[in-house]
Amino acid sequence: MATETSTLREQRNSPAGLTTQDTGARQSALFTSRSARTRRENPMVPRSLGWLSLGLAAAACLAPGALSRLTGLRHRGPLLRAIGVRELVSGIGLLTQENPTPWLLSRVAGDAIDLAVALSALRASSPQRGRTLGTVGILAAVMAADLAASVQSLRASRSHAAADAYVGASVVVNRPAQECYDFWLEQCNLPRFIGLLQSIAPLDDGRSRWVIGARAGATLDWTVETTANERTKRVEWRSLGESGVQHAGGVRFETPQGVHGTLVRLWMHYRTSAGKSVLSIAKLLGADPQSLAREDLRRFKQLLEAGEIASTKGQPSGRRSVLGRLLPEGRLSRQRGLS
Amino acid sequence: MKANCWYGATDLRVEDVPDPQIINPRDAIIRVTSTAICGSDLHIYGGHIPTMMRGDIIGHEFMGEVVEIGPGVSNLKLGDRVVNPFPIACGRCYFCGSAQYSLCENSNPNAWMAEKLWGHSPAGLFGYSHMLGGYAGGQAEYVRVPFADVGPIKVPSGLTDEQVLFLSDIFPTGYMAAENCSIRPGDTIAVWGCGPVGLFAIASAFLLGAERVIAIDRFPERLRKASKECHAEVLNYEHVDIQEALRELTGGRGPDACIDAVGMEGHAHGMFGMYDRVKMALRMATDRPTSLRQAILACRNGGTVSVPGVYGGFLDKLPFGAIVNRALTIKSGQTHVQRYMKPLLEMIQQGRIDPSFVVSHRLPLEDAPKAFAMFRDKEHECTKVVLKPGHSSDNRADGTIH
Repeated sequence: MATETSTLREQRNSPAGLTTQDTGARQSALFTSRSARTRRENPMVPRSLGWLSLGLAAAACLAPGALSRLTGLRHRGPLLRAIGVRELVSGIGLLTQENPTPWLLSRVAGDAIDLAVALSALRASSPQRGRTLGTVGILAAVMAADLAASVQSLRASRSHAAADAYVGASVVVNRPAQECYDFWLEQCNLPRFIGLLQSIAPLDDGRSRWVIGARAGATLDWTVETTANERTKRVEWRSLGESGVQHAGGVRFETPQGVHGTLVRLWMHYRTSAGKSVLSIAKLLGADPQSLAREDLRRFKQLLEAGEIASTKGQPSGRRSVLGRLLPEGRLSRQRGLS
Repeated sequence: MKANCWYGATDLRVEDVPDPQIINPRDAIIRVTSTAICGSDLHIYGGHIPTMMRGDIIGHEFMGEVVEIGPGVSNLKLGDRVVNPFPIACGRCYFCGSAQYSLCENSNPNAWMAEKLWGHSPAGLFGYSHMLGGYAGGQAEYVRVPFADVGPIKVPSGLTDEQVLFLSDIFPTGYMAAENCSIRPGDTIAVWGCGPVGLFAIASAFLLGAERVIAIDRFPERLRKASKECHAEVLNYEHVDIQEALRELTGGRGPDACIDAVGMEGHAHGMFGMYDRVKMALRMATDRPTSLRQAILACRNGGTVSVPGVYGGFLDKLPFGAIVNRALTIKSGQTHVQRYMKPLLEMIQQGRIDPSFVVSHRLPLEDAPKAFAMFRDKEHECTKVVLKPGHSSDNRADGTIH
């Protein structure tokens, strides 16, 4: 087992970024890097636009008269004040909120309104025509900047949502750790409780081939290797190569004081190949990874304790409604591929 | 087979559905000889239980004959006459290990739904919504019973169906409600609701050593049963102020324990009654906790309020201050029926109680929709309906079985 643990350490900085570190450390590392990345994307642009909003808000609310003279939009005091309030909201949003996308979009919408106001003022032949024309030009430029920032931010947030998902769940099983470990290690047992796992077949050199049921009947093929195997304590694994979604996971069997039975902790990590897909992992898998992990463990517990998985699939009922027919018996149980 | 299916509030239909099959190794199929309508079924009938789906077979009080057994069941054989408990329990998890069967961790396939509403999931139940497992219920000719090696118990042939049928739910429920009161000799217990659970709670309170039981209802026939069959003192809340009357009867101190055997569709006069009805009708409240409020206020300082009545969601205007400041204990829970079946069956065999006294009507299964309406409206002095599958209503003028 010692050798396997050392191989594990060497893999920590693998290019795919799929490592099999300790649950807690890995989780926090992932979450900080994720939020840091969202912020890092080009934080200067949304922030500058936020300050621009606040500046405009101040001018519109505090000196609407001066602003209307400057822009050539005469007799628009109340309207300018309303615009000021709107800009205040956008500005605060941009400067304080983690995700700038909705606030950038609110700016784009605001720009469209402003542009419409300026253009309507343009039609009337007035001595201020020159200034109004200038305002239209500035507004168009600002709108272009907002639009560009929005698109960039939208792309960035999508690709990051798709980048990876790290989930964990735990359950207490009223059986000895040895029994839990043995059951997990018996590969033919895995598809019985891992909901997405349609089949598993052993390959040479201890690896195995996993067929994963993804959304809309599609499947993913994973070649999976065991990266850690500590007798009665833990098992860890990861998928190799490219396959749309890469995966690593691990399970620990603990017997802490004060717990009746074995505390089973499961962690699962999914990652889409960078830049390849804008779909989130939940969409690719057809289910939210967190609930999948929880339901996997629930079934594991049921198999070990009760010897079977509680199910109502195939039981009789009266005539179902249209919705009921779409959700056949047992489908509510989230037991994808099992019930 | 014929089964009583739910199609919406007050819309039940007895329909032909496929026969149940063995799904898991520890399943058994039971041919139902008697099944009953529970007061809690009326909450489903009224449309107050969430996650019901059109076509669900309801009913959770049933008994019958074992006609099919899965390979994992070794303690039953074909032809055994059994009564089945309403909670489904695996018998091997932490909670089953401590005889808290209605909290079984392994019997609810839809546990995640219950977790959303209640934080954690209790056991699956027969015919009581998808949140509680979505299991097809027992108001049918046949039922699939999961974990049949743990739930059903064999009953001796010397006892009639009606003497043992209520071991499935209401007798243990009334008994556990009384047990939860930690009754000491000389205690006075007040029971809200003289429906079947209330009547069994009264009888059980006496069996457990209570000196006096005060029963509260508004239907004369139910109060009569509480008084004649169970020897309770009775109060009709339409005629007296309950708080005043209980104070009067207990020297101002209040009953040592109060049992709320009414549940979510409580009935009350006056402002509070109107308020609850309106809120529930507008779907702004899940329950009408009229009797629970009264029980809390009436209970003596340091006493126990035991709640066998079913509540579903979020209760409004509950005097929690009274619980804190007067050190009340609240005890509740779906009944751990499996724990009580054997000792209570022995009591029946010894002749200490004959549960058949609660039955007021016997009808063919096909008349289930009619029976529900009658039970809800307390027509014809209806207190408990036993449904008989396989009996046709065609050849009887009055539709009743004798």
